[in-house]
Amino acid sequence: MEEIKKYEPFEVDQHITAQSRYYAGRMGSRFYIALRDQQKILGAKCPRCNKVLWPPRSTCGVCFSELTETVEIGPLGTVETFTVVTYNEPVQPRKAPFIYAVIKLDGADTGMAHFLDEVDFDEVHIGLRVRPVYARERNGNILDIQYFKPL
Amino acid sequence: MADRVAIVGIAQTKFAPKRVDVSCGEMAYEVIEEVLRQTGLEMKKDIDNAISCSHDIWDGQTISNIGITDVIGGHLRSEEKMALDGSTAVYYGTIGILSGEFDCTLLMAHTKMSQTNRNIVNNDAFDPIYTRLLGFDYTSAAALQVRRYMYKYGITPEQIARVVVKNLGNAKLNPVAHQSGNLTVAEVLSSPLVASPLRKLDIAPDTDGAVAMILASEKRARKITKNPVWIRGIGACYDAHYLGDRDLADVFALQKAAGQAYRMAGIKNPRRQIDVAEVGDDFSYQELLWMEGLGLCERGGAAKMLEAGATEIKGRLPVNPSGGLLGGVPINVYGLNRVAEAALQVMGQAGDHQVKKDVKIAVAQGHSGFCGQHQCVVVLGKE
Repeated sequence: MEEIKKYEPFEVDQHITAQSRYYAGRMGSRFYIALRDQQKILGAKCPRCNKVLWPPRSTCGVCFSELTETVEIGPLGTVETFTVVTYNEPVQPRKAPFIYAVIKLDGADTGMAHFLDEVDFDEVHIGLRVRPVYARERNGNILDIQYFKPL
Repeated sequence: MADRVAIVGIAQTKFAPKRVDVSCGEMAYEVIEEVLRQTGLEMKKDIDNAISCSHDIWDGQTISNIGITDVIGGHLRSEEKMALDGSTAVYYGTIGILSGEFDCTLLMAHTKMSQTNRNIVNNDAFDPIYTRLLGFDYTSAAALQVRRYMYKYGITPEQIARVVVKNLGNAKLNPVAHQSGNLTVAEVLSSPLVASPLRKLDIAPDTDGAVAMILASEKRARKITKNPVWIRGIGACYDAHYLGDRDLADVFALQKAAGQAYRMAGIKNPRRQIDVAEVGDDFSYQELLWMEGLGLCERGGAAKMLEAGATEIKGRLPVNPSGGLLGGVPINVYGLNRVAEAALQVMGQAGDHQVKKDVKIAVAQGHSGFCGQHQCVVVLGKE
């Protein structure tokens, strides 16, 4: 047989799909149960650093203490930074254009990345005071907070 | 223990939007074959360690390096992969030689961004419990970082657009760059908004390509080349993961990585002692942010340095004379390309984008993770 010297570049089309179930752990479980059932937002307290961390975690990355205490934070918070996203991806739960922000909840020392809505794009600014809008149907994930909106 | 480690050979593909003509392994072979030819070294006889840099999700294979072990000399021999940015392969390879265990190490980074969707791939970098479901990717995360940086230091969109103008101008002089152009600030600011304030031209494009490099102990380096580039200092550091864990305008991890590399290199005053810098500008504003983290100016001062022309090819401290990553370099390859371009400047072999001043010390910086969570700094020098 003659050797093929002219050919079209050949593409192998593949799609990787993994149905994953990630366990939220000790702190994450407490956070999501409180959010789903009581519409409360929990942070983890580091007694040694005297800081309240969101997301709640079982180890302080600064002093390496084991964290076991949760405290309620927010629900009000302040916008630390934001962006208006103009493109759509299948991994995004909202349709563009939408706003992402980092919100420092009252009583927490770190911020929460989430959505902003019910606000004009021109009116969003760093320092804006916001409050969460909870989803009516809550499934125990981060979208149990639907978005934050101005006070 | 080896005293010093040198870069003795560098090969880069031309970076292109879509290399349909080659598989990842074939693309890797292009640069490996070239760097061996350049140094006159043989894979089996001379190369005693190989380190690759690629990414499982980008390549669609766990573990991504098993797809290229045959071309990198990993067949019935050792090969290890850095899943971090390519600059970290230099860090790791240097440590191996300094340990006395290896003499001659082949580094190779490859990625074909055209093979998949960057935003979906990068979404997987966010933690699955609290963040991934929100749909973040590196671009939307970077937009949060640049907004914070502009707010905290009073940086304007015009100042950031100048990074694009400079780097795409420099890229015209670099034969491996994927894109280049004579742009104005107004043109950059009228390119489509992607995630405010980031526009299309602020973002390094999707690119395919590979870079290979050979590191050698001093004894071996002397036999391989008359023009070795010495690795004078290395440093690496992580910052916190979650987007809200740190003020995104801060650059503590880079300051620590740079401090470590400078101490090792005996650099006390980086602003005076560093002649040229190649930094990881996968987003325009990051060039300014990383310049500040590297101590090339005070915090908030990089934009003024840029405006004064100090960072141009002919300037006092040229930054990204290669055109940087905005000229088009694939993710994961970013940092090995940064080190390669800095080394070419030290060798005096950067061709049309060789800076006009004598380069005694060059610094390269790479980072991985969104918003520069992991930072790596490599200081290079002449004899």
